[in-house]
Amino acid sequence: MFTNDLEKLSAICKDVRADIVKMTAAAGSGHPGGSLSAVELMTALYFKVMRHRPQEPKWPDRDRFILSKGHACPVLYSVMARTGYFPVEELLTLRKLGSRLQGHPSSKALPALEVSSGSLGQGLSIANGLALAAKINKQDYRVYSLHGDGELQEGQIWEAAMTAAHYKLDNVCAIIDYNGLQIDGAVEKVMGLAPLAAKWQAFNWHTIEIDGHDFNQVLAAYEEAKNTKGKPTVIIARTVKGKGVSFMENAAGWHGKAPNQEELQKALRDIYGREN
Amino acid sequence: MNTKTSVKMLPTRDGYGHGLLELGAAKPEVVVLDADLAKSTRSDWFGDKYPDRFFDIGISEQDMIGTAAGLALGGKIPFATTYGVFVAGRAWDQIRTTVCYADLNVKIAGNHGGISVGADGATHQALEDIALMRVLPNMRVIVPCDAVEAKKATIAAANVYGPCFLRFAREATPVFTAETDFFEIGKANVLKDGKDVAIIACGPIVYEALLAHEMLQDMGISSRIINMHTVKPLDEEAVLQAAADTGAIVTAEEHQVYGGLGGAVAELLVKHRPVPVEMVGIQDTFGESGAPEELAEKYGLTAKHIVAAVQKVLKRK
Repeated sequence: MFTNDLEKLSAICKDVRADIVKMTAAAGSGHPGGSLSAVELMTALYFKVMRHRPQEPKWPDRDRFILSKGHACPVLYSVMARTGYFPVEELLTLRKLGSRLQGHPSSKALPALEVSSGSLGQGLSIANGLALAAKINKQDYRVYSLHGDGELQEGQIWEAAMTAAHYKLDNVCAIIDYNGLQIDGAVEKVMGLAPLAAKWQAFNWHTIEIDGHDFNQVLAAYEEAKNTKGKPTVIIARTVKGKGVSFMENAAGWHGKAPNQEELQKALRDIYGREN
Repeated sequence: MNTKTSVKMLPTRDGYGHGLLELGAAKPEVVVLDADLAKSTRSDWFGDKYPDRFFDIGISEQDMIGTAAGLALGGKIPFATTYGVFVAGRAWDQIRTTVCYADLNVKIAGNHGGISVGADGATHQALEDIALMRVLPNMRVIVPCDAVEAKKATIAAANVYGPCFLRFAREATPVFTAETDFFEIGKANVLKDGKDVAIIACGPIVYEALLAHEMLQDMGISSRIINMHTVKPLDEEAVLQAAADTGAIVTAEEHQVYGGLGGAVAELLVKHRPVPVEMVGIQDTFGESGAPEELAEKYGLTAKHIVAAVQKVLKRK
């Protein structure tokens, strides 16, 4: 990875973070915390890792992405807009009547999305089905799904974990945004997940643990997933909820709350630095 | 059709199995999933012949529906198969949010519908599945009356885009429709014409309605028998015409009277042509173990009970 590439990705991340706080502020509601924690993971996917054509969203050989933690759609909408799926200005229509950018992703409203989501725990099963179809069709697209850590409390996730390993779906890559917080508080207090990597290993997944804000680790993990054959890969990415906005970091209260105008200005100063 | 001489008996789930086999040959994009009940649901017939297009997902109905959704997104026509009580209930949110909200081309086969499942008892008798599926936008709900119609319904479901729920039964029941009979999703079949009352039924109980027609005839009552194999979209024209022509309706189904076919018919009539309605079905209770015919008698699902409902509705005319 060239240094200027990393600088470029880091610069994009600032814009994505700014989009997230701006669009939730404009909507007056939404989920900034779990969107901000996934910025590096999503920016790497959409700008570097995935094979896709924003001008041709239904290109048959595209890699597929499923946002299983549907509430984090601000980060998805932002990277989609910034890779050219739709105008960046449209981001400010989030959650408004008639908008293509529904409060949780709707593929009916925005057909460039693979599927609708918002009820947690369902995305990995969908990813598996897409991966099975690729195997039957002899297509080589890969399927990525992003999950919250709290979301892993849903039983369907573990049903799907069994299915992916059973059918040796090495074209599936699940990403866990392991920010440690959920609505009611710390994940380990609400319903503990630890030891998380051991759980996935026991389900016969190739398991990679990384710092989800370190681009070198993020990109290396996606590459390792691509090169892993015979089993699905899970990337367990340690992240900070609300990352990049000082007063939102590690605060469960910012899971589903929008910043007001004053908070928005402070957030933008945090993201771009004082000089901006 | 023949209701007098001895009739062939087959379970509607066999029609599903045969329908899948025909689709296997005709449509390479058809794939089948099951949740550890493949022998019972007849999906193993397809699995044996097309092993590369058959996926047992194990005892995990929610995952099965999600996997089917992904296969549909990948260009396949998946048939997700298990008992109706498990798929319609346990996987309802997956069917709602993943399949119906995104309008995906997923077909769902709910087997062992109705109380006639018998000895397994209440946990395995799907009595709410029609209601649960009918309330979902984009969903079609089809309840074939015999094995021949079940095969046609299975094939027809693969030939329309969008979510479909098909309900099949465990027990062998009379085969009284012919291969050549017309079948179209959303179009009711009028099996007998009549002017005093219309009996609208779905599933194998349609045969009981035909028996009731003959019993009523002997009593001097003329009944129209409508096979409403598609509960959603309801053939509104057939229902409204029946109400206009007869002025009294009886519905019959092996399902709770709330929310199923009776509910669908009543919702329509109350808006456009209120006429007296009586509903034959499960009266807001759970089932129990027993022989199918014992249960049909105890829970009021025979021709005799349909006749009684007709007599009641005629007094209200």
